[in-house]
Amino acid sequence: MEQPPSARVAARAVLKLDFTTRRGDFALTVDAELPGLGITGVFGRSGAGKSTLIDTIAGIARPDRGRVTLGERSFVDVERKVWTPIEQRRVGYVFQDAKLFPHLRVLANLRYGAQRARDGQRGADWERVLEVMDLGALLTRWPNSLSGGERQRVAIARALLARPELMLMDEPLASLDAPRKAEILHYIERLRDEYPMPVLFVSHSVDEMVRIADHLLLLNAGQVVASGPFLELVSDTGLQPHLGRFEAGSVIECTVSSHDEAFELSTLTFSGGSLRVPRLALPLGTRLRARLRARDVALATRDPSDLSITNRVHGRIIDLVQREGPYLDVVVDASGTRLLALVTRESCQRLGLALGTPVVALIKAVALDSRAVGYTRRAR
Amino acid sequence: MSAIDWSEVLGLSLRVAAVATVASLLPAILTAWLLARCRFPGRTLLDALVHAPLVLPPVVVGYFLLLLFGAHGVLGRWLHEAFGIRLAFTASGAALAGAVMGFPLMVRSIRLGLEAVDRGLETAARTLGAGPFDAFVTVTLPLMLPGILAGLVLTFAACLGEFGATITFAANIPGETRTLTLAIYTALQTQGGEAAAARLVAVSLGLAIAALLLAEWSNRRLRAWLHAPC
Repeated sequence: MEQPPSARVAARAVLKLDFTTRRGDFALTVDAELPGLGITGVFGRSGAGKSTLIDTIAGIARPDRGRVTLGERSFVDVERKVWTPIEQRRVGYVFQDAKLFPHLRVLANLRYGAQRARDGQRGADWERVLEVMDLGALLTRWPNSLSGGERQRVAIARALLARPELMLMDEPLASLDAPRKAEILHYIERLRDEYPMPVLFVSHSVDEMVRIADHLLLLNAGQVVASGPFLELVSDTGLQPHLGRFEAGSVIECTVSSHDEAFELSTLTFSGGSLRVPRLALPLGTRLRARLRARDVALATRDPSDLSITNRVHGRIIDLVQREGPYLDVVVDASGTRLLALVTRESCQRLGLALGTPVVALIKAVALDSRAVGYTRRAR
Repeated sequence: MSAIDWSEVLGLSLRVAAVATVASLLPAILTAWLLARCRFPGRTLLDALVHAPLVLPPVVVGYFLLLLFGAHGVLGRWLHEAFGIRLAFTASGAALAGAVMGFPLMVRSIRLGLEAVDRGLETAARTLGAGPFDAFVTVTLPLMLPGILAGLVLTFAACLGEFGATITFAANIPGETRTLTLAIYTALQTQGGEAAAARLVAVSLGLAIAALLLAEWSNRRLRAWLHAPC
């Protein structure tokens, strides 16, 4: 398995957060260290403090205590009376509603940051940014004539051209419809692959996180609930309440290994085996993440015959967690991949499930339709 | 009455109003910005001071101007001794009276224009490397132009119509401070001056209509640019 980007380049500028910011009655307290590369998903419900967090990093909000440092650079240190104003932090900020300047054409919007970038770095990769964000056809347009998705592409490019060392994205997909969301996610992936810098991506959608987050910072009511590698945290049963009951499930990193044209199926392989899923329009070798809801996974103690379900993953129970009502979350380890199954306590007793019991996880192919598996990762 | 030359009166009125309007623009933008964006002690006092000419009788404003800028006034004496400038009973004084009377209108319009601009745009400019002043001038200022234009037109019109403060502070001196309204008043006070008064009223009407049309036209151009259709 490939190493996450955060581990590949450890020497990059790490973002250190240790502060308290008050806004009215609300206070956000953060003590966390975020990797210098890759996308950190900042996740939480509305009111959890996501916007306050990135506003403090950008210099829009002033913390009441503590410090923010990126590598060697101190953005703010209240106790030492250090304050770097917004414009000197070189932090790209992509706003939920793009915030393009309405009196300037797209080209002038893009130039705004580029012209103010540090001397010597000016305009170095102008052409490449336009190419990566597909902006060639939009340059002479006015912002008000752009669609929501186009606006966000311009906003991302505008931020990039100012040559930031850190990129903050405040729910950049919130005002877009589903096809536009997928489109912009694709551009954010290109941003991550082309420009090596830490990206903080704020969202309250687990789906968006599953697709792009390498690291997760989970906030709740102004506190950090967890911070760590995304795949570890997302399958952590203890964190499930914060991720939302409906979304309880596991995320599997896998590779497209074959297509079956006759039956219109594709095969995905992962460390614990393989999955047959409805045909995916993706090239062989594409790495992706498949999201599997706990309610879509059934358990058996031996391989059943005469069953329509083709996806059978062998593993061992490593945890049993009591849920509300008649349910239990059963955590199954399949050669390093964690699967979550939601079963009733009654079934659990009937099958005699306990820690260490070898089980077969049964997953219907239909549970892994394009909505769950559409999450492309960089192809290698 | 032949003593009143309408073209001379018109020229003087336009000059006085133009000087008053242009000279109050920068202070008005600064005041509007202070009132809209800043919290400081004395803010309420500044607000009240700026708006005083709206609620005070113009003659009272003229009286205060005399107190301050008259030959024996605190500022008037200093201006005269230091720079040789006299304001009371001069065309510059008429412009000052017009500017003071029109100032609240200008500040109000500009402030409305300023408050209509999304502050997030300035924040966005800051994240792109612009300092606070740079961001204000390149982003907020262009976007508040409709408010500034409205302020200019209102102030210009108010100056043309100013009477009470002007006659108190600058008096009614032909060729120096006798603007349109003062000339109309003078003509009506003079025997056989009705025809001259009618001519001046016609000029005044024409001027008002021209100003309105010009304002409407430039406002439309401005909005077309700011709202930027394809």
